[in-house]
Amino acid sequence: MNITIRLAWRNLWRHSRRTWLTIGAMVFSNALLVFMISLQFGMYELMIDNTLQAFIGHMQIQAPGYKDDAKMRQVVPDAEQLAATLRQELDLETIAARSAAFALLSSEDRSYGVQIFGVDPRYEPGVSTLPGLVKEGRYPQDRDAQEIVIGSVLARNLKVSLGDELTLLGSGRDGSFSAAVAEVTGIFESGVIEMDRSIAEVPLGFFDDVFYMDGAAHAVVIVTPGLAVIEDYRARAEALLPAEEDLVLHDWDALQPGLKQAIQADISSAFFMYGVLVILVAFSVMNTQLMSVLERTHEFGIVMALGLTPGRLGRLVILETSLMGLAGLFLGALVGGLITLWFTYNGFSYPGMDQMAANFNLPSRFYPQATLLTLFLGPAVVFVGSILSALYPALRLHWLRPVEAMRAV
Amino acid sequence: MHYVQIIFTLAWRNLWRNHRRTIIMLAAISVGAWAMIFMTSLMRGMVNEMLRDGIRALPGHVQVHHPDYRDDPSVGNLVSLTSAEIDATLAGAGIERFTARIRVPAIISSERESRGVTLIGADPLREKSVAAVGSEIVEGRNLDGPDDGGVVLGRKLAEKLETQVGKRIVLMSQDPDNEVADRGYRVVGLFEANLAAHEEAFVFAGRETVQKMLRIDDRVSEVAVAGDDYRVVDALLAEVRVLMGKDDEVLPWTELDEYLGTMLGVMDGFVLVWVVVIFLALSFGLVNTLVMAVFERVREIGLMLALGMRPSSILGQIIVESVLLLVLGLIIGNLLAFASIIPLKDGIDISIVAEGMEMFGASSILYPEIEKSDVILANIVVLVLGFIASLSPAWQASRYEPVEAITKV
Repeated sequence: MNITIRLAWRNLWRHSRRTWLTIGAMVFSNALLVFMISLQFGMYELMIDNTLQAFIGHMQIQAPGYKDDAKMRQVVPDAEQLAATLRQELDLETIAARSAAFALLSSEDRSYGVQIFGVDPRYEPGVSTLPGLVKEGRYPQDRDAQEIVIGSVLARNLKVSLGDELTLLGSGRDGSFSAAVAEVTGIFESGVIEMDRSIAEVPLGFFDDVFYMDGAAHAVVIVTPGLAVIEDYRARAEALLPAEEDLVLHDWDALQPGLKQAIQADISSAFFMYGVLVILVAFSVMNTQLMSVLERTHEFGIVMALGLTPGRLGRLVILETSLMGLAGLFLGALVGGLITLWFTYNGFSYPGMDQMAANFNLPSRFYPQATLLTLFLGPAVVFVGSILSALYPALRLHWLRPVEAMRAV
Repeated sequence: MHYVQIIFTLAWRNLWRNHRRTIIMLAAISVGAWAMIFMTSLMRGMVNEMLRDGIRALPGHVQVHHPDYRDDPSVGNLVSLTSAEIDATLAGAGIERFTARIRVPAIISSERESRGVTLIGADPLREKSVAAVGSEIVEGRNLDGPDDGGVVLGRKLAEKLETQVGKRIVLMSQDPDNEVADRGYRVVGLFEANLAAHEEAFVFAGRETVQKMLRIDDRVSEVAVAGDDYRVVDALLAEVRVLMGKDDEVLPWTELDEYLGTMLGVMDGFVLVWVVVIFLALSFGLVNTLVMAVFERVREIGLMLALGMRPSSILGQIIVESVLLLVLGLIIGNLLAFASIIPLKDGIDISIVAEGMEMFGASSILYPEIEKSDVILANIVVLVLGFIASLSPAWQASRYEPVEAITKV
């Protein structure tokens, strides 16, 4: 083993308690960082996936302005044809046309205002998880059937069950009065009360008739194979948009800006907290290394008098810190990894989490998973912080005068 | 007295024998204390604002409903007393801040668009008394009484409906026999709210006008009562329960909006966890510093013991040294925290993540709030745990064998 490394290693264990306390500070922070970051990143991913796959999809083609105003007349003409073209050209089945309207839904006893979506029964299951959540009855199969699927809370409130009829009242694309009768053929239950209370779906052809859509729809929803390839598909889809129509392609970030912003807000507050932890560890390291330099003043004086340069001694101090830092890094990642692993199997939850989680389409118990990134991101920053904080004691050596230093007790 | 003074003097002087080490440790404690209070006040400000916004939208701290209303908020589930009886009962009991209102789902249509909304039929003066959403009119005028024939909309909703003050809209809902109940109204005013969702959800009309439209005589769907402090609602809850009789459901805001209710608990939990985590990160450095301080003075401590100083005095001296360090660090940290929050009193504009904050139910301007109880908690946790952490090194110092200690090199 290199003599400098051996020297550094032995120096560390002159005060084993001090060294362990310093490594302890690192391990504590690192383990906490590993666990928190694994939890956070996992949650963000799930939050994005669940929210987008529930309904919004990765991209949507819409008329300009529809995203903000959602007006009936802001339509994509010949949407089903466009969806078919895209499916073929992009070689992607998960593309579907969809329409939306507000309407008053009435049963014999009750009326509720709900958002009614016109969906293509063949392709909607590919772009939304909602069809899979039908607990009673079935999802429509025929594009023109006069059928309606509603949420479980809505069904309870309207006091209807499968086979009952509901009246739709609303206004069509041109603003004129529209009305129709549809049979309840399916009841879905997403677990999100708001969704189960306020959403209904009908086949697109039926929707087209009722709301005078004339072949148009409000959006073509696209789900790509993964978040990472969205940009690629975006470029290809944009090239396929009919030039004569004024249409825009929005990605999920534009469709649901709150999602990314919520993550950003959460990340920045979390990183502030992690930053404070790192600074506290750095102070701890600085203190330890300063002590270890000060108590060796006499010794350093002698070796400098013998011809060792301050630079070399400084490197020794940095090397000592690095050894300590590496121990902290690996032990911290190990402890943090084990804690995370425990929660991977047992799930993580805290009081009140189910309430918060529902806002972001998250389950009330979460199973974090450590990845290489989450294992080493936090500890690496702590390591760098430790080295930086050892610069002060290391650089002080340049001001050390050998003769005076040798006299020091 | 003299004895205590000696211990203090010794501890104080010992602290400054190695001023660099003390300063680094002080810096660490100050940063820790600053971070505890600063971060807590930011979060506290966000959550408090969120609670206030949520309570304004509810509104009130305690509400009265038909037992089935919360699951099925329709015109079929009305409070058992008439509004005249409610006004008389509550006002008679000396309660000033309450409002009896109709709250039913409805569809609002302008010439161009339709939307699902919550129609509130209320007495504008009573609404103001509970500081409900919708009381802050930014354009036009507020309703001038329960018999006003106009409506007040949120600014966002008006934009989406392409309507404005002076124009007409139609509201459509159902009466208790499930006949469609609709009526034209003139828009008389627009209100603004902190959350866009509130501006889009609520439409206000005069109570008597809505009662006539829904054909429900003098009945209402909810009574909202506000107390002085949202944290203390038990007395108010009990009083309203007695006044309103057994037929209706009387609930506090924490149960009406469980998300808000749990937020309060989650926030209190967060403060404690954050403070303890920061302390633990600090504790390694603190113990380390004390261990070093004792180690350097082994001979001196041996001498003092040999000269007849009692071990308890040594113990006291080290603990006082540690507590002095903590108190000093806390004072600096507290001052830093106050100093850094004062310039932020006018709010931090985080509107770049406004839509994200809205998903949490929080508004886009953050007003830090220093809560006395949080500051006290932070300081007490640091002092008490710091005291406990310094017991071990202090105990060791007091247990030295004088002769061995003196001869130690």
